[in-house]
Amino acid sequence: MSNTAEMPVTDSAPVIRPKTSKDDRTMIGFMLVIGLYLIVALAFPLYAMLSKSFSTYSFDLNNFEFQVDKGAGWSDPVTAQALNEDLQVVKLEELATSSDGRLAATVFFPDFSFRSTTKYRLRQIRAESSFLVGSTRIADTEWHEFESNKFRRIVLRPSSATGLDNFRVYFSTPALFRSIENSLFIATLSTIITVCLAFGFAYALNRSKMRFKGLFRLIAMAPILVPSLLPGIALVYLFGNQGMIKGLLFGESIYGPIGIVIGSVFFTFPHALIIITTALAISDSRLYEAAVSLRASRWKTFWTVTIPGARYGLISAAFVVFNLVITDFGLPKVIGGQYNMLAVDIYKQVIGQQNFEMGAVVSVVLLIPALFAFSIDRYVQKRQVAQLSARSVPFEAKPHKRFDLICLSYCVVVGIFIVGLIAICQYAALIKFWPYQLSLSLVNYDFNVMDGGGWASYSHSIQLGIYTAIAGTIIVFAGAYVVEKTNGFFATRSAFQFLAMMPMAIPGLVLGLAYIFFFNDPANPLNGLYATMGILVVCTVTHFYTVSHLTAVTALKQMDREFEAVASSLKQPFYRLVSSVTVPVCLPAILDISIYLFVNAMTTVSAVIFLYSPDTTLAAIAVLNMDDAGDVAPAAAMGMMIFYTNVVARLIHLFLSRNLLLKTQAWRLR
Amino acid sequence: MSEQQAVSAESAKSYLQIDRLTKKFGDFTALDEVSLEVYEGEFICFLGPSGCGKTTFLRAIAGLDIQNSGTVSQAGKDISALPPSERDFGIVFQSYALFPNLTCERNIGFGLENQKANKADIAKRVAELLEMVGLPDQGKKYPAQLSGGQQQRIALVRALATSPGLLLLDEPLSALDAKVRTYLRHEMKLLQRRLGVTTVMVTHDQEEALTMADRIVVMNQGVIEQIGTPIEIYREPSTLFVADFVGAMNQIEGKASSNNSVKVGDTTFTSREHNLQTDSPVIVAIRPEDIVPHREGTSSQGVFETGDTENIFDAAVEDMEFLGSFWRVSLNNSDFGDAVLIADMSINAVRHMTVEIGKTISVEFQSDQLRVFPPNTNTV
Ligand SMILES: Nc1ncnc2c1ncn2[C@@H]1O[C@H](COP(=O)(O)OP(=O)(O)O)[C@@H](O)[C@H]1O
Ligand SMILES: [Mg+2]
Repeated sequence: MSNTAEMPVTDSAPVIRPKTSKDDRTMIGFMLVIGLYLIVALAFPLYAMLSKSFSTYSFDLNNFEFQVDKGAGWSDPVTAQALNEDLQVVKLEELATSSDGRLAATVFFPDFSFRSTTKYRLRQIRAESSFLVGSTRIADTEWHEFESNKFRRIVLRPSSATGLDNFRVYFSTPALFRSIENSLFIATLSTIITVCLAFGFAYALNRSKMRFKGLFRLIAMAPILVPSLLPGIALVYLFGNQGMIKGLLFGESIYGPIGIVIGSVFFTFPHALIIITTALAISDSRLYEAAVSLRASRWKTFWTVTIPGARYGLISAAFVVFNLVITDFGLPKVIGGQYNMLAVDIYKQVIGQQNFEMGAVVSVVLLIPALFAFSIDRYVQKRQVAQLSARSVPFEAKPHKRFDLICLSYCVVVGIFIVGLIAICQYAALIKFWPYQLSLSLVNYDFNVMDGGGWASYSHSIQLGIYTAIAGTIIVFAGAYVVEKTNGFFATRSAFQFLAMMPMAIPGLVLGLAYIFFFNDPANPLNGLYATMGILVVCTVTHFYTVSHLTAVTALKQMDREFEAVASSLKQPFYRLVSSVTVPVCLPAILDISIYLFVNAMTTVSAVIFLYSPDTTLAAIAVLNMDDAGDVAPAAAMGMMIFYTNVVARLIHLFLSRNLLLKTQAWRLR
Repeated sequence: MSEQQAVSAESAKSYLQIDRLTKKFGDFTALDEVSLEVYEGEFICFLGPSGCGKTTFLRAIAGLDIQNSGTVSQAGKDISALPPSERDFGIVFQSYALFPNLTCERNIGFGLENQKANKADIAKRVAELLEMVGLPDQGKKYPAQLSGGQQQRIALVRALATSPGLLLLDEPLSALDAKVRTYLRHEMKLLQRRLGVTTVMVTHDQEEALTMADRIVVMNQGVIEQIGTPIEIYREPSTLFVADFVGAMNQIEGKASSNNSVKVGDTTFTSREHNLQTDSPVIVAIRPEDIVPHREGTSSQGVFETGDTENIFDAAVEDMEFLGSFWRVSLNNSDFGDAVLIADMSINAVRHMTVEIGKTISVEFQSDQLRVFPPNTNTV
């Protein structure tokens, strides 16, 4: 029964080791499974990437030994190093290479002819590198004998070491490290503009009695529904080389900082707006009443009450926007021109130059500002929550004709900016051949004749969206449940919480690259996942884990802490409680999580750009690839398909929330 | 208090034995070797100030936060290490923890639903339970549609639905307003007595404990100060803490002068027997109702008449407050320093003795109610 029975009789009371219940064990099992998921999908890949950034590769000529038989028996063994000292065929700086480096063995034999009858022997002295015969890898330390015809196909492979060499190379290559400055500049500038614009918008929505608030809220959220590179395409149509209103730029080029900043403002605007609106909504009306009673002017009230009240929201919004911009890759790829940014560098290093180590180095460099912005944001958010609980009376605006009109005009201007860019894309998609044939047509929707995977990529994206929404919601909710509702296991739960917060700080591109290193390793038992839909789902769920997790945790925190205790006192297993109480009560949050995951799976480029395969091409990536190939109009058309799909998904979500919730949430109506 | 039917130790069977329970949160000891025996059918109250460890104690008994050491046995079975699901109890929390999305019926039926009972039986039992707490037609409503008092009763019958051997209540009435609280106090006590279920209730409200409990466990800073019937706790507090926490108590600093007398200033009082060293500092404690107006040789309503002149002294009436059924009189005597003594006097006594503000009257400390404690820093 209990182990207290076997305790020797002593003066002190027996120490009790609690017996775990079946539920406890199930919960711990769950926690381990989901913890394991996060370790495999996050911690290990990141570790693989970090170690990659410190891996250096070089040809160790001392490690290869040759023997030659020109018909008179085998010569004495001689190292490649010794041969090279005589011949000087491989220069010292050529010895450093990447993990992909190959060096033909024949270079050490100037008189080599594949028709000769000369025979060669080759061995490694230590098993630290390898050589290839054709595509067969030989890594042992035996002597291997080759006819000359075979010998010409032998290449030496580098041996690896750990060190800071990659970083040294990075910081001594101006073309590379200048991107740091560029990225910081663009991110800072975009942040300032977005936060100011969003603050004005939130202020108008919150503090005025202007009309059409609902409509403007909807419009402001639209950018979330499209890939971040879509505004880039719109800007090309407006201000590009053949742009409609190119003249407005007075000769400046849209390809570069200007385009990136405008596009960044567009796609980060809703994110900033949500945070700032929340901050304004919680500020206390009592302070305003006090200000009014002190006859403070509107202007003074604004600076002494509004701004300080919303400061945490503003700071938090700033860091979130900064993070989004500095880690975004699609937009600068489309409209950045020659202007290099960190995220694009990673892409170029990996896809363009196949230099994975350098890609890893840039990733590490990019992680630093991202982690920094993330930690500040977390810190600020905590403070805001404290502020939230202490405050109570919500602010109710009073009509004020002139002020309301100013607010409305402002929102109209911002609204035109947002709707305008999306409308331009739709227009571009429908024009036959800009700017020469302006008739409307659907030719641009014939994706199957273009690069990028055709309509199949669109259906893959929908699949990815649905799988991500389903799998992600289950994983996230189960994970949040076990951390919130298990007692004890403090260390395990803290570790889990930490892992759950991490993804927000990890740029999608970095995560994707980390996945290459981890899952594409032939030694990894999960290697089979590589290049499947599965890895796309895992990567997308992981990439968007944090926000979903926080949504679930917030919902679970609102549940009475004692439900589990009551259920166990009534001898009911926890899953009965979960299915008949927890899930129904949290249904609004669960629906929110799934729509969030779906929409993001539809629009994400950065997390999946390194991971899609010809069988799993995706719509958002098709936009990028078609744009890259010069098919800008079809790219716009595909972008709009994503937009409409997300609109429909949102409508379904709305419908479900209204109807399903009416049934399951009847108890909310008193 | 008249309806006390204390289940006495001799007549009843011991149901719950708690032996030297210790619970620590990190370095902080929330419960320090507490022991308690609860008899079958008994209503026990844990009483003490907020943070003294009452909830911790209750949760340890429930297995929700299992103790670090010490044992719990229920109905002859050692349950010390068992998880809550393997113990036999029903519980009501301060928040009630009613499932908001389930109707009251389904809340009550929650614990019955998978005990292989058929639907009709469950419905019958639920109806019976609703009837029992006087809410027969509220079953179809959601908890949010009920008043606080109704929610409390739903939570109570949910806990009782499976007929547990032990009922645990953690401040079940504290979220209610005073009137409902007084009413439910009575109802719950009747229900408990009718069902005969052994009950442990946590409260910080002394009135609640005094009116409802068969025995009260007074707790302070993780230890038990005293266990006893309400009368014992009130009349025979074993520590200054208990004396101070339960009911009002006048406290006067003095010095022990023999084993049944105390010197305060120039006055010497006869008290109960105590074994404190002569000349050691002590606290003299007396309840307001035990300070009675005194007039020699006369015997009439509410005025105490004793032959001797012990424990009688003069005091100035500083203030008088009429509290409906009695007067609360503030008295002052320069011997006692600045301390104001509170005396509760019957309306008759006040009229008879013409007690008035500004007047000096003669009062008596009843020697058998005068208690002496060593000075204690652990007072509330
Ligand atoms: N989970 C916990 N972790 C740390 N300290 C706790 C915890 N639960 C209770 N305590 C502390 O133990 C003491 C007793 O708490 P509790 O039993 O809730 O008191 P109460 O008598 O008011 O019910 C308090 O000081 C409280 O702060
Ligand atoms: Mg408590």
